[in-house]
Amino acid sequence: MKKKNVWIANGVMAAMLAILLFLSLSQSTIAKAEPSPPASAQVKIDNFSFGPQTLTVLVGTTVTWTNRDDIPHTIVSTDGVFKSKVRDTDETFSFTFTKAGTYTYFCSVHPKMTGKIVVQ
Amino acid sequence: MAIEKNNLIDQTLQELNEDGIDRRGFLKCMAWAGTGLLWTISGGIPTSQAFGRNAAHNGKNGGDFTFVQISDSHMGFNKPANPDVVATLQAAIDKINALPTAPDFLLHTGDISHLSRPEQFDTVDQILKSASAKDVFFVPGEHDVLDDNGKSYLERYGKNTKGAGWYSFDKKGVHFIGLVNVMNLKAGGLGTLGGVQLEWMEDDVKHLKSSTPIVVFAHIPLWSAYPEWGWGTDDSAQALGYLKKFGSVTVLNGHIHQIMQKVEGNVTFHSAMSTAFPQPKPGTADSPGPMKVPAEQLKSILGITDVDYVRGHHSLAVVDSTLA
Repeated sequence: MKKKNVWIANGVMAAMLAILLFLSLSQSTIAKAEPSPPASAQVKIDNFSFGPQTLTVLVGTTVTWTNRDDIPHTIVSTDGVFKSKVRDTDETFSFTFTKAGTYTYFCSVHPKMTGKIVVQ
Repeated sequence: MAIEKNNLIDQTLQELNEDGIDRRGFLKCMAWAGTGLLWTISGGIPTSQAFGRNAAHNGKNGGDFTFVQISDSHMGFNKPANPDVVATLQAAIDKINALPTAPDFLLHTGDISHLSRPEQFDTVDQILKSASAKDVFFVPGEHDVLDDNGKSYLERYGKNTKGAGWYSFDKKGVHFIGLVNVMNLKAGGLGTLGGVQLEWMEDDVKHLKSSTPIVVFAHIPLWSAYPEWGWGTDDSAQALGYLKKFGSVTVLNGHIHQIMQKVEGNVTFHSAMSTAFPQPKPGTADSPGPMKVPAEQLKSILGITDVDYVRGHHSLAVVDSTLA
């Protein structure tokens, strides 16, 4: 306690406050430039296709796929990052993207169906 | 290719109705339900003639045996395109049991179940017990190997098979090859046979005489029926390459829920109707999803495929019948 008081007494506090102020200003500037990260995003499966086929989200976003076809589909990462069980009509699958990167995926039942999640 | 086939349909049916077809070499056509089509392949020259819906099917035509192909029973499907797939499968079996000549056995070319669930396989097995033919040979569709990489399919149907469920057997001089092209599908790709299965197949046919009639059956078409909808198999050309020496090759598949035929050289390709629900003609809808038709029309686009083998002529006669 004593030492800390000495630090403050030495006037370092002022400098720290200045830095903090600067940082908070910078952050608020960034926050204004880009909307706050959405917690979730949706991909719809219609007519044997993923929509949107390419979805861009921020790190931390949970993406939920919903199968709206009369036929079951799967959502499978081509790199083994995620893999859903088979999803019948109106069933969903969710995955939270915690790392930036580009994630390609497909339906392992109908492999012509492909999609991409870009995580920034 | 597929589009060409479709454009040929009206013309083909017209010709068939007038005087049948007898063309050398390459012949492709597509027939819709309501008109059965008899194929005979003799000496490499394909001929065909139309059958009316109720045309008599002349027993064995002097042939040695017949078998019936059924496909895509999708047990468990309950959407508007057919809320009662149990009834339509039973209707297919009743149709088979009413054939003038009882078939020696049945082939099921996959999508037995809709979601690979045990109770769905159970229901199909139960209904098949009412068939006059007791032997049923299966290959899996993609709906039969969901989630468990085909484990439950193999436990049930995989006895005496290799790999993911492929096998061959001989029947009165005809060599049958059941192939699996629904496993390990790659993003953006079509059906896949895979290197291990292809090696097995090459070895399987190597010792056979070129006069041996060959019947290949698999779920997804082994030709480019409509790749845009995934209706083809990436490495099918390699498989067909092993069959070049044979005078008579018949390739049967399901998956596309409609009759489509093509003859190329010594090979006749034929896809069967589903017993569950129809799918649209290639490119005529946004997707190959189940096609809804008025309830009273449903049975006219579901059906079975009856195949006669006539020894000595190396010929197989393929007749499609709807459930109507």
